[in-house]
Parts: sequence; C-alpha cells; structure tokens
Amino acid sequence: MPQMNMVQAINDALRIAMKRDDRVVVMGEDVGRVGGVFRVTAGLFDEFGDERVIDTPLSEGGIIGAAAGMALYGMVPIPEIQFSDFIWPAYDQIVSEVAKYRYRSGGEYPCKMVIRTPVGGGIRGGHYHSQHPEAQFIHVAGLKVVCPSNPYDAKGLLLASIEDPDPVLFFEPKRIYRAAKGDVPEGAFTVDLESAQVVREGGDVTIVTYGAMLYECLDAAEKVAGEGVECDVIDLRTLWPIDVTTLTESVKKTGRVVIVHEAPKTCGFGSELVSLICEKVFYHLQAPPKRVTGFDTPFPYTLEMEYLPLSHRIVPAVLETARA
Amino acid sequence: MKRDRELLYDLLVVRSVEQEIARRYSEQQMRCPTHLCIGQEATAVGVCAALRPEDVVFSGHRSHGHYLAKGGDLTAMLAELYGRGSGCSAGKGGSMHLVDLSVGFLGAVPIVGSTIPMAVGAALGFLLQKLPRVSVVFFGDAAVEEGVTWESIDFALLERLPVVFVCENNLYSVQTPLSARQPAGRTIAQVAAGHGVETESVDGNDVFAVQRAARAAVDRARAGGGPTFLELATYRHLEHVGPNEDVSLGYRSAEEVEAWRARCPVEHATRVLLERGELDASELDELRRRILRDVRHALELARDAPEAQGSLLSDVFASTVSPIDGDQR
Repeated sequence: MPQMNMVQAINDALRIAMKRDDRVVVMGEDVGRVGGVFRVTAGLFDEFGDERVIDTPLSEGGIIGAAAGMALYGMVPIPEIQFSDFIWPAYDQIVSEVAKYRYRSGGEYPCKMVIRTPVGGGIRGGHYHSQHPEAQFIHVAGLKVVCPSNPYDAKGLLLASIEDPDPVLFFEPKRIYRAAKGDVPEGAFTVDLESAQVVREGGDVTIVTYGAMLYECLDAAEKVAGEGVECDVIDLRTLWPIDVTTLTESVKKTGRVVIVHEAPKTCGFGSELVSLICEKVFYHLQAPPKRVTGFDTPFPYTLEMEYLPLSHRIVPAVLETARA
Repeated sequence: MKRDRELLYDLLVVRSVEQEIARRYSEQQMRCPTHLCIGQEATAVGVCAALRPEDVVFSGHRSHGHYLAKGGDLTAMLAELYGRGSGCSAGKGGSMHLVDLSVGFLGAVPIVGSTIPMAVGAALGFLLQKLPRVSVVFFGDAAVEEGVTWESIDFALLERLPVVFVCENNLYSVQTPLSARQPAGRTIAQVAAGHGVETESVDGNDVFAVQRAARAAVDRARAGGGPTFLELATYRHLEHVGPNEDVSLGYRSAEEVEAWRARCPVEHATRVLLERGELDASELDELRRRILRDVRHALELARDAPEAQGSLLSDVFASTVSPIDGDQR
C-alpha cells in the first residue's frame, strides 16, 4: 500500500473524483497552474484542463457564489478557500445560500459542493493564517463539517464528502499537511461521514478531539498512562453531523471527559460537546467535563505555542479529571 | 513634498532593509511569513512623500515599505518580525500585521481588500470632524477582484471623501497572473474610471512621477475634491512570500523578470540624480554605507530585544478580562 502524506492523499482523492465524474470541478485562487499554495491541487490542471480546474479571481464571495450556481445546475464544484481565515467574505454565500437551498426549496434543490480549506495554527502565520473557525459553520444548519487527522481519513472522507448529497465544509489541518504520513489504499474508498474513531482505548478518561490536535492528545494519553491513567482518545473526524454514539458510549464507560480543540474556548465546538454529553449521559459523569482549547484571544504570532492546546496543557487536565 | 534626493534616500533605506531581512531570514529567528517589497519601493516612497505626518495609511500583506515610508520606526518593525515585545504590534502580529498609530500607519491586514473600506471610513471621520487629513490605502491588483473594493469606492465618491486608492499592480496574485484573473482588453484604471472615480495610471517604478501623481491626488482630496484612484505599474523581484528568487517555479519567465529588473525603481532614481549631478558616486557609496550600518544596527537591537512573553491574554479588551481567564490555562 502506498505511503502518502495529507497533501498527496487529498490530491489523490480529487483526481479519482474528477476522473470518474465529469461534473466535478475544482476552483479557487491559485489552484490551477500553480497547484494551490500548499500544492494540494498540483497536477490536476495539466491532467483535466482549465475548464475543470479553474483559477478564479481573488474573490471568495464570488467563488462560493459561483459554486452555488454550478451546484444548483447539477455540477459538483469543489471550491478551495486558500486559508480558512479568508473565508469570511464568502460567509454570506455559505450561510445564506449554500446551507439553506435544500430546505427552502422543500428538498428539491440541494446545493451539493465540497468547500476545501486549510485550517489551524502551527505555521507562525499569526492572526489571519491560523484560525480554526469550525464552530461558526457547525452553528449554521445545513452544512456538514469534516476535519480529518491523517492521510487515510483525508482521502476516504473527501471522497465520501464528494459523494454526499449535501454541502460539506472540509477543513484540512495545515500543520500536519506533510507531517502526517501513513498507508493509503490506491483507488476509491470512503470513510463514512458521521463516524468517529476510537484511536486509543482506555477506561479512565475520554479525550475527544479532531484534526491536528489528535497527535497532541495521543502524546498526552501516552504520558498519563505512565501515571496509571488510561484514556479513550476519540477522533471525531466528522464534526457535524456528529457520531453521538461513539462519544456517549465512551463517556458511559469512563465517566470522565476532556475535550481538546484549537479554536477559542467560549462558544467553541467543545461547548456543544459538553452540552450533548450532559444531556445524554449526565448521570454517568463522575467529574466535571473539561475543555483544553485555544484562548479567548485573536490568534497570536510568537505566542502560538502558548495558545495551542498542546500536550503539556492536556496532561494536567486529564490527570485532574481522572482524580476529581 | 520631498526633494528628489530625499526620495532616493528613502528608496535606498527600504531596499536595504528588505535585502537585510532576506539575508537573515534563513537564520530562522524571524519566523513569520514575510512578503518583501524589493522592486516595489517607489510606490510606497513616492506616495508617502506626498503626505503629512497626520495623514493616514492602510496596507496589506506586503507592507514594510509603506510602514517605513510613512515614518514607521525601523527597529520596532524589525522587532515585530522577530516577535519581540518591543515590536510595533507587541510581537503578536509579525510581518503581515504592522500597525503604528503614532505615525498614522493605521494598519496592515493580509486579508486582501479588507482595509479599503477602513480607509474610506477614516476619510469619512476626517470629513465629519473637519480635519484636513487624507487617508491612503495601498492594495494590489487582486484587490480589485473583491466586491468590497468597489462598494468602498462608490461610497467615497458619494461622500466626496479625502481618500486616495493606490493600486500597486505587480501583475501577480501569489503566482497567478493578471491575465488568468481579470478579463483581457481592459486595464484596472479603466475599471476604476468606469466607476466615476478620478483615475491616473503612473509608472510605479518612477518615484518622481509617483510623488507628482500622489501629490495631485492628495491635494485634491484635502481641498474637498474627493477620491482618486492611482494605478501604479510595478513588479516584485522576489517570490510572493519569503526571501528567495523564484524564476525556477516557472510561473513567470526569466526574460520578464530581467526586463523588470532593468526598470528597478532604486536604480532609476539613482541614475536620474547622478545624471543631473545632484549626487556623485562617492556620495552615493557613503550614503549606502551609512544606511546599511543603520539597518544592521536596528536589526541587532531588534534581535536582541526580549521576546514577547506572558502577554497572551492581555489587550483582548480594554480593561476587563474574560470571566473564565482563571481556568483557561
């Protein structure tokens, strides 16, 4: 089985989808001749031409709006927003049009597309090249939100997203674009949306995370194991719709939960996870749920390793939860 | 207005700063993504020379020249790149996020086009407060692809605001050429003129011409004549982001880069002054030496300043802290 990094796996998925379905069109800033600023779309322009790999003007609202029109006419656009920090000019189109079309047309007109966008910190990009804005999109009914942590899932989830009848926002953690490597099968396969994965098993504390922070959680789980605390580490993979069963079954087993994400704490996705856990398995809890997250600040340049919820902040949170 | 010799001095400073940053970038101490303006110095220097200290400037990701030309503090800028607490953005921003209200540099934001409405708002504020100030915003050729640019220009026209829109057309957005992003057969200046805004196209590598055009625009704005759109033709010599040349990437030809290097704004101004006899070769050498010494001194001061530390949670709000600060860590 070939070894791939995230960039290669996503590129492979795009190629497979474009080969088997003429309706699939990749579009965005610098995605064509350049192959994307992270080279995720490299080679597609040469293989499929400028009608299926479209270099667009620098116009996020225009890109997503145009994709919406294409989708309504039966095409399968895969627009890229160069950094998720640049997505806000397109927020109106995503919230007002893309997310609502199926509902407002009584189910008749889905606005099927996959919006790919690099996300998260770790490249010293500062305020506008580092944010992790999933919560703002999960809050909007009508969008599916995916965030893979490894090449296998990235390929399988992207192909599943492209097959999915609804609009999907596909967050790609740029910090692990090249750092995360692994075996990825050749050819088409999918990883079910709405399926979380228990990456490490243990009975004492449940750690819930997604994206690049998975590796910090696994490191923390290894460290606390040295102190006799065994963790379930859950990689959500699809953030919305969420795999509630995997989450609640684990918390029922452990009675303790720590949620880790890069985005700021207040009204972050962790808030929703805690609410869900309290609603569904409150009487199984043996300790207050805990969140280890980015801070309620803009994303800082030099202080980014302080800002991110790295292993050294997860370990004490897990131990405290285990002993509460 | 600045004398031609002062313009040359400013050009040499910006060039020297950018070259020294490029030289030291690989030391891995400046860690932020950095967009150098080598080749584009004359737009910054020429436009800012037409401004008064109380006038204001907004910019984007490629902002070092704008910041310095507006009177920004060199050591504070370099300290920002090094992520030091003494940086002009307290080390929390880096190269793309310079801001210094004390010199009227109201901010660089690397979200393309996003500071254009802000510049319009600053101008509206000046008008309402009857302050004889002018607001200037620098942006690239791709910013005219964002809708908000034209929304802003319409509003500035409607209210006859004292704002100058400065489009630095360097032909590329990252690595994608203008021809792949905008329709053929028309110029950016034509689009602007079509919106009804007073428009001028200028050789952006001729600092004297840039200052003349900027002066006319600024004077008009200050006199209540409303906004002007300047399209300045220029070219970036190095890669989109980072300290290297990039012909090997294949998105632009060696011939094209060479042709534009032959139109280098610093060499152009130098040549003009030497030919006019306003400067001789030995004076030029001395000038260059002195600038380099000053730049290196500033680099050392910036590098050796203390790192930004312990300030993660400060300055989110004016005085209150988040109710959950206590359990954030």
